[in-house]
Amino acid sequence: MLQLPEIYAENIHRWLPELLYYSLTTLKIGFFSFVLAVLFGVFFALCRTSRNRFLRGFAIGYIEIARGLPIVVVLYIVYFVPPQLFPGINWQWFSDFTAAVLGLGLHGGAILAEVFRSGIEALHKGQREAAISLGMTPAKAMTYIILPQAARIVLPPTGNYAIGLLKDTSLCTLIGVNEIMNGAKSIASSDYQPMAVFVLVAVIYFAMSYPLSLAVRYMERRLRVSG
Amino acid sequence: MSTVGSEANGRQPLLKIENLHKRFGELEVLRGVDLEVRRGEKVSIIGPSGSGKTTLLRCINYLEKPSGGHIYIDGTLIGEKKSGENYVHLSDRELARERQEIGFVFQRFNLFPHLTALGNVTIAPQRVLGLSREVAEKRGREMLQKVGLSHKVDEYPERLSGGQQQRVAIARVLAMQPKLMLFDEATSALDPELIGEVLRVMRQLADEGSTMVIVTHEIQFASEVSDRVIFMDQGRIVEQGPPKEVLFKPREPRTREFLKHIQAR
Repeated sequence: MLQLPEIYAENIHRWLPELLYYSLTTLKIGFFSFVLAVLFGVFFALCRTSRNRFLRGFAIGYIEIARGLPIVVVLYIVYFVPPQLFPGINWQWFSDFTAAVLGLGLHGGAILAEVFRSGIEALHKGQREAAISLGMTPAKAMTYIILPQAARIVLPPTGNYAIGLLKDTSLCTLIGVNEIMNGAKSIASSDYQPMAVFVLVAVIYFAMSYPLSLAVRYMERRLRVSG
Repeated sequence: MSTVGSEANGRQPLLKIENLHKRFGELEVLRGVDLEVRRGEKVSIIGPSGSGKTTLLRCINYLEKPSGGHIYIDGTLIGEKKSGENYVHLSDRELARERQEIGFVFQRFNLFPHLTALGNVTIAPQRVLGLSREVAEKRGREMLQKVGLSHKVDEYPERLSGGQQQRVAIARVLAMQPKLMLFDEATSALDPELIGEVLRVMRQLADEGSTMVIVTHEIQFASEVSDRVIFMDQGRIVEQGPPKEVLFKPREPRTREFLKHIQAR
């Protein structure tokens, strides 16, 4: 522990640029899978709250299955199963990065679908009734009245999910994505300095997630004031 | 709001309800209601809670789907259409078109909290009628002025008193220029000192000739504004007639009992 400053003084000029380069991949996975999770989340939340029984059942099935599986299992399935299922197709384009984004997006979609659903259902049914009594179709009521209000309600929990997601990208190392954890492992084993390297990784993760935390806290404070 | 119909429409009732039934599971809330309302007529519905008066109102614009019976506005079936001998439910889009003609004022206002007073009043004219922003805002300002709120145009609902919120809700309905306005206990959620301002606006609409069906507990108001008062109990119309008769010389013992009860409060 005491030698840490000396180890860093000696090595940080090599480690830091490399780790920051890998952390870009972490951020990319986090960003794209978040976008995907929001899209899936909105879609399945709408299905889940639909009057159509088939859509509701479909959404419930997806949500329960995706939520009930560990992320690692989802990642493995997404990465390894399709190429084995359809060996005739050219899978060159299907990189570990793509699989990571898709896997995290699918898993996150289920979590966000439930977050969004609770936001939609938190609104008093009077809001929907007022909208349709003015002649809006259910779709217009959803677009102009329900979703804009639900968005405010779900902003903080969605932010919290984003923080969790950023950290969960570290699991993508298990399907071989060269994100920060994978980079750190190879540096740690080649330089025989696991403690110093992983402490540095912790600092980098924190530097990425803390601004998100502050943003979420800021949103929570603002939304509380304006209702 | 135009209330003068063409000659052909003059004889037809604006609202016609035929043998309306509504049940929620085992509970039969409406047990065969027939009602006709003429153009420009003001009808108040009174009755004990659970008598079905709010459900009746909600059925008129299909916020509740009736279990039986039919509703016509201007001769047009509401919520369903005839296909040969059968009645089939309308699609969401067709139903939405019919609802444009029927204004509904809720007990709890149900203003849209994410929109300003003007935003509340202009959203449906823009998104439903397809008016431009300028035209919708011009109309919206006129309607807010009409309910005495020109100085609150840019306020959000949470910054308005209950009475002001309800007046915005009335302006929101007026901006759609409905043929018929339904008021569901519009003053019941208000503090006593705020009731007057809302009743004043409703009285003004009545004087201008709007067709109104008003569910209310304000007996005094009903007696002054209505052309006809209806007393409902247990899902049926028990008695109806001019306010002077129904409210002051009721024929039915149940009406007498109810009025005595209300006045004792």
